[in-house]
Amino acid sequence: MTITRARPRVAVAVFPGTWSERDFAHVASEVLDWAVHLVWHTEVELGGPDAVVLPGGFAHGDHLRTGAIARFSPIMRSVEAFAASGGPVIGSCNGFQILTEAGMLPGALMRNDHLEFRCDWQVLRVEAPASAPAWLGDLSEGELIRLPISHGEGRYVADPRVLDDLEVNHRVVLRYADESGAVTPAANPNGSERGIAGIVNATGNVLGLMPHPERAAEAEIGGTDGLRLFRSLERWLQARPAAVERRL
Amino acid sequence: MTRWTAEVRVTLRHGIADPEGLSIADALRALGHAGVEEVRSGKLIRVVFSADDRAAAEAEVSEMCRRLLANPVMEDASWDLGTEPEAVAIGSGG
Repeated sequence: MTITRARPRVAVAVFPGTWSERDFAHVASEVLDWAVHLVWHTEVELGGPDAVVLPGGFAHGDHLRTGAIARFSPIMRSVEAFAASGGPVIGSCNGFQILTEAGMLPGALMRNDHLEFRCDWQVLRVEAPASAPAWLGDLSEGELIRLPISHGEGRYVADPRVLDDLEVNHRVVLRYADESGAVTPAANPNGSERGIAGIVNATGNVLGLMPHPERAAEAEIGGTDGLRLFRSLERWLQARPAAVERRL
Repeated sequence: MTRWTAEVRVTLRHGIADPEGLSIADALRALGHAGVEEVRSGKLIRVVFSADDRAAAEAEVSEMCRRLLANPVMEDASWDLGTEPEAVAIGSGG
């Protein structure tokens, strides 16, 4: 018997100053035919999504620190509850910064070491994709992907013991690399510690990354590696037993 | 209730790289200040608020710093607390 499941439903949080929500919505609805719900930051209901996106931009003008004000927006309480129940959450760029400020991921994102805003295509090395099955399940250990980056404050920092803990527990899932896959200072676009571009939480459902997967989902604009994160989620949702489906 | 003014200084923790400070130091040296050894940048945040007494005001500023004004991952906070804005006014250059 074939069980037909509803198409994935994704909630995209929108703060004043967010700028990547439409790109995420475009990929989800136009490229993948998913159901998309843009959620204004003052709302408290996510609307029962299968996954939540914290997109890039400059939430609340990045005043004080990137993500520092956004983390107190009403919608974040629902995002935290959704994540705590095991729901898949992705934070890209400013979304990653919000996740660290909210304490949902360790560390912080600081001003790029060269003080420049960097907008470019970037090679990334995938590590321990099984640590983030909902988002990286379709990717392979050690493979190289290309995604755009676009940020002025993407330098990942954390205490050495936090970094060691992330490494030991296979929670560093993306690193800036060169074309050969080597993680070198020259390949590091912002001075991130240990070349870290993306990490996952201890339970594997919350992914934070500086690159923009939503900007690499159609061949016409230069690449489709970002689409593979969306496809991973789709497959993960299909494989998930109905009994553990979340409805918040 | 008393009106308090807190001047909160948020600085990068020791060991955290400060590219803005390095850039400012380079600029100062370029201007001829050859003796500049180090520059560390930070933020100054002035908060005017009401609290019953100094102990309550201190506790409140501490909480403000802990929850929002500084990120303990990379920043430290310190502050001066006074009952009049003038009491903690900082000097200004011409």
